[in-house]
Amino acid sequence: MAKQLLQLLASLRDSLRDLVPIIVVIGFFQLAVLRQPIPHLAAILSGTLMVVLGLSLFVRGLEMGLFPVGESMAYAFARKGSLFWLLAFAFALGFGTTVAEPALIAVAAEAAKIAAEGGVIVHDPAAMSRYAGGLRYTVALSVGCAIVLGVLRILKGWPLQYLIMGGYAGVVLMTLFAPKEIVGIAYDSGGVTTSTITVPLVTALGVGLASSIKGRNPLVDGFGLIALASLTPMIFVMGYGMLV
Amino acid sequence: MLAELIRFGHVVLQTLTDVLPIALIIFGFQFLVIRRPLPHMKSVLIGFVYVLLGLALFLQGLEQALFPLGKLMASQLTDPAFIHGAAGAAKAALHWQDYKWVYLFAAAIGFATTIAEPSLIAVAIKAQAVSGGAISIWGLRIAVAIGVAIGIALGTFRIVTGTPLHYYIIVGYILVIVQTAYAPRMVVPLAYDSGGVTTSTVTVPLVTALGLGLAGTVPGRSELIDGFGLIAFASLFPMMTVMGYAQLSEWRARRAQSARPEDKPGG
Repeated sequence: MAKQLLQLLASLRDSLRDLVPIIVVIGFFQLAVLRQPIPHLAAILSGTLMVVLGLSLFVRGLEMGLFPVGESMAYAFARKGSLFWLLAFAFALGFGTTVAEPALIAVAAEAAKIAAEGGVIVHDPAAMSRYAGGLRYTVALSVGCAIVLGVLRILKGWPLQYLIMGGYAGVVLMTLFAPKEIVGIAYDSGGVTTSTITVPLVTALGVGLASSIKGRNPLVDGFGLIALASLTPMIFVMGYGMLV
Repeated sequence: MLAELIRFGHVVLQTLTDVLPIALIIFGFQFLVIRRPLPHMKSVLIGFVYVLLGLALFLQGLEQALFPLGKLMASQLTDPAFIHGAAGAAKAALHWQDYKWVYLFAAAIGFATTIAEPSLIAVAIKAQAVSGGAISIWGLRIAVAIGVAIGIALGTFRIVTGTPLHYYIIVGYILVIVQTAYAPRMVVPLAYDSGGVTTSTVTVPLVTALGLGLAGTVPGRSELIDGFGLIAFASLFPMMTVMGYAQLSEWRARRAQSARPEDKPGG
């Protein structure tokens, strides 16, 4: 019991240390640069306490839940030896985690507003929500494809940099032809697709796959899924902007 | 107190809808395709509950403490009245140099939020485990945070000067490709991954507020065209700094190795 309490205290201390930079930056700019008092100090202190507690719980849950699940599924699929089901799982994981992602829903709504104001689509709520929905499914589809491609890469042992370079060439090519208004949104959509729960799961899946296949190095072959998942949305979103 | 509890319940529900599709996919495949119980089922379920509660508490705390203050500061720092005051001239046209506090804030907040980013912590834990300690958790996190700081500061500079986003991104890509050719092969996939993980729960809301605030106050900028793009910068530069970190550690290891024979002359 005492040992567990000590562990909890240690993880709280770690989380607090993770937050020190934010506290210092905000405190310095508020007090020294803007020269203003900090408003609602009580709410800020209790909020910080919640952040510290939440971060500790999250990291603990990561090692108990998300990492073992991702890894054990990777091993199970490798043992089962069915390529179809592994790729189906990869696609479902990429598509399913992205389509419900709150950050993506927000970005899609923003993009619909831009398209309506730019005269790309009719300026009414129905057309805008259709556009935003289409964009969300486009991004989710692109992430699903990216995870499938990334898993295939781990199985075959292709070097990641060639895939990434091909992706970059695709992004640059699409930028030349895509409508100007969509470019900023498209570039940002690459960054927002990978949520806090998806990243640990996908990382554990990749590392687990790479360590269960003979001749693959978990460090060289296991990482890279996230990179692909942040690259393909840019291409797909610009493509969507050109089609609609 | 009651209102806060209700709000917290709301956040838990929101996080639950975020976790639910993932849980469905995992358990669906586990029971229908793999057809084998998950090992350590009980501790995995407890872990999921921890993740859910932890994330909800984390988001609620950010919403209550850091986001309002950070957004307020972003709007105050980009306010022309503050910048004019700092520039000392009320009527003079603003130059890009007058926004120095904005760049500094952008870099500092980019660094600080990246250190607290939960998904980066997850990747760093895995990277340390897989590399057998050659890549340290803190080394990776600090390298990524420096990359985000550079990226966001440069991104605010781009908004102030109004140069097109894709020039920066294309040049960035070329630099990444060139660096890939020289970086240690082991670190390349991890470096590419760190581009995507930097920008999630903590960084995105604060950085978006900064970008939109800046694009709204700098004369001649459109929030729609210029306000976006900071996230793209924040995902590009960590690739370079992580490869740089690996190159630096490799160089130091090589130097230590070549120094060793000199310590023991004749050995």
